[in-house]
Parts: sequence; C-alpha cells; structure tokens
Amino acid sequence: MNSYTEGISTERHESQTWQMLWADPLGRMGVLLLVFVLLLSLFGPMIFKFDPKLVATTAQELLQPPSAQHMLGTDELGRDVFRATLAGSRISLLVGLLATAISILVGALTGLVAGYYPGLAGSILMRITDFFLALPLLPLIIILASIFGQNILITILVIGLTSWPSTARIVRSQVLSLRERQFIERIRSLGADDLRVIAIHILPNVLPLIYANTVLVIAGSILAEATLAFLGLGDPVQVSWGTMLHFAFVSGAAGRGAWWYLIPPGVGIVLVVLGFVLTGHTLDTILNPRLREY
Amino acid sequence: MIRIEFVLKKLVQVIITLFGVATFNFLLFRILPGNPIRLLARAGRLTPEAIARLQILFGLDKPLPVQYLYYLNNLLRGELGYSLTYRRPVVEILSERITNTLILLAAATVIIIIIGVGAGVVSAVRRGTRLDSSLVITSLVFWSLPTFWTGLILVILLGVYFKVFPISGISTLGVSFSNPIELALDIGKHLVLPTITLAIVTMGEFMLITRSTLVDVLTEDYILTARAKGLPFRKLLWKHGVPNALLPIITTTAIYVSLVLGGDIQVETIFSWPGMGRLMYDAVLRRDYTILEASFLLFAATIILANFLSDLLYMLVDPRVREA
Repeated sequence: MNSYTEGISTERHESQTWQMLWADPLGRMGVLLLVFVLLLSLFGPMIFKFDPKLVATTAQELLQPPSAQHMLGTDELGRDVFRATLAGSRISLLVGLLATAISILVGALTGLVAGYYPGLAGSILMRITDFFLALPLLPLIIILASIFGQNILITILVIGLTSWPSTARIVRSQVLSLRERQFIERIRSLGADDLRVIAIHILPNVLPLIYANTVLVIAGSILAEATLAFLGLGDPVQVSWGTMLHFAFVSGAAGRGAWWYLIPPGVGIVLVVLGFVLTGHTLDTILNPRLREY
Repeated sequence: MIRIEFVLKKLVQVIITLFGVATFNFLLFRILPGNPIRLLARAGRLTPEAIARLQILFGLDKPLPVQYLYYLNNLLRGELGYSLTYRRPVVEILSERITNTLILLAAATVIIIIIGVGAGVVSAVRRGTRLDSSLVITSLVFWSLPTFWTGLILVILLGVYFKVFPISGISTLGVSFSNPIELALDIGKHLVLPTITLAIVTMGEFMLITRSTLVDVLTEDYILTARAKGLPFRKLLWKHGVPNALLPIITTTAIYVSLVLGGDIQVETIFSWPGMGRLMYDAVLRRDYTILEASFLLFAATIILANFLSDLLYMLVDPRVREA
C-alpha cells in the first residue's frame, strides 16, 4: 500500500514523486522539453519581436525559403516564420493552460461531489458526465466554436468545458475508495463535517492523481486549440501555431512545397505536447503502483 | 449466450442517450445568434412580410416546446433539414458521403489494430528492454502528433517531393475507367496517404493501451500458476495473456471511435476526401448550420452505437459478464 493512501503526510510523497519523475529517463526528457519550450516562449518573442502587420511590399518576399534575412523563410504575406513561431508559442500555451484550469476545476469538483455523495446527487452527476463522455469531442468543439464565434476566450471556454468528464471519472473512483478507508470513517464518526473531511482529508489524497491527469489534459488542450485554429475556428487576431498552419493550408503552402512554413509551428506543437505527454505518462506510471511493479 | 435483460437495459440506455443528444442538439442550434430566416434574408433581401410568411412555413413562429416536438417528429421520420448552401436535402448529401468515410475508417482501423496490438504485445512481453522503451517513446511521439500537421507533412514529403501518391480527392479527376478494377486501384492509390495519416496518429494510444492491459494481465495469479505448471510461454501468451488483455480494449471502443472520428475530420480536410469529415469542414467555412447539426448528430449516434456494440461484444466474450 502506498503511504499516501493511508492519509500520512502527502508532502513527503510529493518530493518522492519528483525524484522518481526525474529518475525516469522519459520523465526527465519531458520535464527538460517543457523547461526548454517555456523559456523559448517567455524570452523568444522579447528578443525576436514579431509584428503581424509587417507584411511584404514586393511579391519577391512572399513565401520565400530560408535565407540570411529570414532564418526560417517567410509566409504567404512575407512575414518572418521564425518570429511568428516564437510569438505563436505564447497563445498556444496560454489557451492550453487556461482551458486545462477550467477543465480540471469542473472535473475535480464533479468527481469529488459525485464520489463523496454516491447517492442520488452522485448518480445524477455521473449520468451527466457519461453523457458528455459519449459525445464526439472534436465535432462538439467544432460546433460550439462555430456557434459562439471566434475569439480566444471562447476557444478557452469551449475546450475547458468539454474536456472535463474523464477527470471527473478518475477523481470520483478514487474518492469512492478513499471514502471507505478506515481513517476517513473514524474522522467522520468523530463528527467532522463533510466540507472539512473533503478539504482536509480527501482532497490531499486525490491531488497526486489530479496532477498526473492535469498534465495530460494540458497536452490534449494544446492539441485541441491547434486543431480548432487549423480548421479556421481560432481567433484570427491572435497568432497561434494552429492559425499559422491554417493560413499555410489555405494558401496552399503544402502543394507549393513550402516546408519552412509548415515545419516550425508543427514542431512547436509536437515538442510542447510531447513534453506534457512524457511528463504525464511518467507521473501516471509512478502514481499507479500496479504498473510500477514492472 | 446473450442475456436479454442485459441487452434490454443497455438498449434503454442507448435510447435515452440518443434522446439526450437530440435535445442537446436542438437547444444548441436554437440559441444561435440569428435564425435561418435571417440567414436567407441576408442573401435574398426579403421583405418583412416574406420573412413572416417563411417563419410560419418553417414553424419558427411557434413556441419553443412546439418547435421541439416538430423537431423530434422530423428526426424520427429521418428528416434532417434542407441545406441552404447545397440547396439540397441534408439526408441526400449525407448518404453520398458516408460510404467514402467508411472506406477510409475501415482501412485505417485494420492497420491500427494489426500494428497497434502487435507492437503493444511485443512491448509488454519485452518490457524493460530497449525495444520496449523505443516502442513506448514512438507511441508517445505519435500520440503528440497533430493529425492535420502529420497529413500536411506527408503531402509535402510523399505527394509533392517524391510524387509517389496523389494528395487530393478519392479518384483521378476527368478520367473514366473502363473496368471496376482500374477504378478500385485508383481509389486505393488515393486512399494511401489519408489512411497512413489516420493510422499513425491513432496507433500510439492503441499500442499503449494494449501494452498496459497486457502487463496487468501478465501479473495476474492465474498466469503465474499456469507458468508454474510449466505451460510454454508462447502458448501462455496467446491462449491466456492476449485474449484477456483484449477484453479491456473492447471497452475502449467508444474512445477509439471518438478519436478516429476526430482524426477523420482533419484527414479528410487535408486530402479533400469527399466524406463526412470534409463535409463538416466545408460546413464550418460556409456556416451551414443544418449540415453541422446533422453531422454532429450522426457522429454522436455512431459513438453511442459503437459503445452499445462493444458492450454486447464484451458480454459475448467475457464469461464473467455473461453469467453474472
């Protein structure tokens, strides 16, 4: 049995998790990737400023391959692809993180309540969760975005409010089993009120599970943002990797062999998502003792 | 043996969920800014009297609950509305597109299952080895690939630079084929890139699921017992390990279908494959809400039915559920 499931100090467990994450080659690769991308998106746009309005004045500058002047060539409007890619990282990360925050908040709350009150309230909540789980995610996101319009706030809300059901399920099953543990029963029989039991005794024991899940949800949210933007449903004013690839696609960059316009934003997405996936996958293995045995 | 009660219970659940999806769909598209008449009016400059008459014609003057009943009635009769951009009934458009999507999904699914399960089994059996970790890393990288971008890269690589495969459509335009075999070959050629794209981006998750369930199964007591009794490993793996690992995989069918449908929209968009996915993309561009509404309903129904079928299949193959 893990120490944390018995309600012993979770702090020690967290530092342990960190150590195991760092000791795992995949986990370390993921963490390093994330640090690299974060630094790049933080300082990159400061050093190499990107002005979306700075379009070319002559046709010779449009969709040009890499040169001394433009490290990664130019896009269909003659703007620098390298600078655009750095700027795009910020929007992709921002949308991914904020959407995840919403998703985890809704999912964890639903899971906590549904797990702690397994009666009528719990089963109604789970019915709703299962209903949303049964909807096709991408078509749902596409439809919501095309109904509510294209701006960054809508994108964040749409992704956040559609991706919570899996978190709710994971949290609920953990809370259900915790609820039956002796130490919880003892505390409850001592007369502690529900809110206190949930906040002080249940939540800390569910958190490690939420962490692993959160990291994977971020990966999914970043992919969802990119896909939505690629399909032309992103905020046209905010340049993200997805919107870059959208304009690359509709301007026929692939058919014209403009690899320099397609590769940078795509590699950006893959590196960030891979960073989160590697970290999340490793955390999942660490926190799932059954897999850890092997 | 199929237990009637179990099937009936699941069937009732399916109907309730379908009903829920239809209601959700109705409400979603009724809160749209502007109604279909205004969409028409913008295009054709109608007089207020004409708008009023059209509203009566489409039943939009009625209160929402009455509209809802009309909507359900139409759905039950298979009426999905009339597309204003295609100027044709939506059912007609959908029925032309579905087969093309099914061809693509079937081709991709076969590849995903063979390679995904195969790699998962190898990885689980050789866990801890270098082969295992490279398979896991490959799967995680595949998982991280955006579908549309993978498609674009394949277009550039195999379609534009090496010109091995056609990059758009389902068959060569302007060519009439003398016999069906030539046509099938032509379609097959067009199918290669979309199928590879869809397979690559979905395979990773499939492989990881197979690997983790098989690792789980291989630690079970009955496997240890069988091993202790001296059963050869190969026999143990294929008779006891893999079949038991496949059981949990059946329950992930709905997730798989959701994943592959999402991928399908992107792949059809990139390769101009004339199926449901491309239809949805075009509908987004033209804001054709009737088509969006109908395709969403169809996608949702597909997942719900896939889930139902996987429940039935699970019952057929798992004696514990069968007899419980």
